[in-house]
Amino acid sequence: MPETSGSPLPEPIPITLKINGSSHSIEVRPWSTLLDVLRDHIHLTDTKIGCDHGQCGACTILLNGQRINSCLSLAVMHNGDEITTIGGIADCENLHPLQQAFIKHDALQCGYCTPGQICSAIGLVSEGHAKSREDIRELMSGNLCRCGAYTNIVDAIEEVMRSESSTT
Amino acid sequence: MRPFKYNRPLDLATASNAGTSGSFIAGGTNLLDLMKCDVEQPSQLVDLNHLGLGSISETADGGLELGALATNTTTAYHPIVQERYPILSRAILAGASPQLRNKATNGGNLLQRTRCPYFFDTDSPCNKRVPGSGCPAKEGYSKLHAILGASDSCIATHPSDMCVALRALDATIRVSGPHGERRIEFADFHRLPGDQPEIETSLEKGEVITAILLPADGFADNFAYFKVRERASYAFALVSVAAVARLEGNQLKEGRVALGGVAAKPWRDLEAESLLCDQPCNAETFGNFADALLQSAKTYPGNRFKVPMARAAIVRALSEATHLNQL
Ligand SMILES: Cc1cc2nc3c(=O)[nH]c(=O)nc-3n(C[C@H](O)[C@H](O)[C@H](O)COP(=O)(O)OP(=O)(O)OC[C@H]3O[C@@H](n4cnc5c(N)ncnc54)[C@H](O)[C@@H]3O)c2cc1C
Ligand code: SF4
Ligand code: FES
Ligand code: FES
Repeated sequence: MPETSGSPLPEPIPITLKINGSSHSIEVRPWSTLLDVLRDHIHLTDTKIGCDHGQCGACTILLNGQRINSCLSLAVMHNGDEITTIGGIADCENLHPLQQAFIKHDALQCGYCTPGQICSAIGLVSEGHAKSREDIRELMSGNLCRCGAYTNIVDAIEEVMRSESSTT
Repeated sequence: MRPFKYNRPLDLATASNAGTSGSFIAGGTNLLDLMKCDVEQPSQLVDLNHLGLGSISETADGGLELGALATNTTTAYHPIVQERYPILSRAILAGASPQLRNKATNGGNLLQRTRCPYFFDTDSPCNKRVPGSGCPAKEGYSKLHAILGASDSCIATHPSDMCVALRALDATIRVSGPHGERRIEFADFHRLPGDQPEIETSLEKGEVITAILLPADGFADNFAYFKVRERASYAFALVSVAAVARLEGNQLKEGRVALGGVAAKPWRDLEAESLLCDQPCNAETFGNFADALLQSAKTYPGNRFKVPMARAAIVRALSEATHLNQL
């Protein structure tokens, strides 16, 4: 909760966000982050909160297709933007290839970092800059895993990356 | 975060005006962090994202203009940057994480504030945050702190990687403010702390950075960016080195070296660089240069390791830039 100051609070600002395919028109205070809006306003708790300071990657979402830290983004600055969270990546009953690969490679232990890891990995694959395991490690460094599932996370991403590049 | 008003100007003049009483926000990756820590308490945020400052284009003099609102990601992977200014691409990609770089902008990167933990901790004294309150870093945690150009009042460093490459390339900053447009040489943009560590740049209130201008020569054949940090990625530099060189055979005609993580601004010593002029390319030349550059280094109990670390990093970066081991 923001602390109250002497002057009256600014009026809430109406914005529209397209979240996992559905449009949400909401009113937000200027200081609400995208993470606050997702979890507290729209009650989509699939995106996790870790450090709240850009240091862990747990809150990673896709903003207009690009991975970002939702804890360091103000909702008012994203009126009209499209957001995809871990809850929006599966195609109906079919898990996203990265979700399947994470299960297959046992790429999670407690699972807390996993929503951010998978959203980040989707960003990595679509960016197309990673060519090797080393590149995956470097370009996934914005997502920490306290359980240390890193090796299996890289295995899962590598498998999906190779299959995507062989189909395109 | 404390409450604040949000303002989204659509032209530069309105933005500059609003900026005299509020704070600009670009990507928000540094400012929002500092607001959450209560280090910054703006009453109004002025969003710079709707001023059309996000493009990257070639200039008439053969250089490149990087829009202040272009993201670090867009800049680092831009084909012209990769081909002609690879040191800049390398330096940007050595900083932060892919997610952060997708939001972080070129202008914001220049103005990011120090990572000194006392600066972030509002329970602690800090001359930069509260002028006159003291500097606990000198006797305390100083691993990330300066060995060059510091003062008694503050030993903080500027944490950017991108800026270290921009200093080696001799970039220019274009700004626009209440008194019109002007250009600032990169060397004059960041300030040393002196007895006013709270003033970090030569930017005036209300001035918006509109672009970074790169000169035509990007030293694409002879460059290196070498960053030493506590983990392999996603950590700030203990020491970083941007080195570029011009060669004629095995003869070094010109060498430029900018250091990060060691001062309140990307550090260059033009006098020492004369030792890289018309010299044979070898470890001795590089070592002599590093010794001259580090001659005035002053260390604190927590950062003595930085002098030998910087020396080794300089020699290594110059060797890489001049392809020494392949000669
Ligand atoms: C966990 C973490 C790790 C990081 N690691 C690194 C690293 O290793 N190396 C590195 O270099 N950086 C690192 N960063 C810092 C990151 O690069 C900066 O936060 C980012 O570049 C700031 O850009 P921004 O657009 O988000 O700035 P903002 O947060 O929007 O703004 C920063 C400051 O600049 C001002 N400003 C912004 N744009 C303009 C403009 N055009 N004109 C005038 N004023 C302006 C704002 O008022 C504000 O004071 C890290 C950050 C985090 C959170
Ligand atoms: S080094 Fe500078 S920023 Fe850090 S505590 Fe001292 S005065 Fe503050
Ligand atoms: S919660 Fe956003 S990076 Fe940690
Ligand atoms: S699986 Fe537990 S934090 Fe990554």
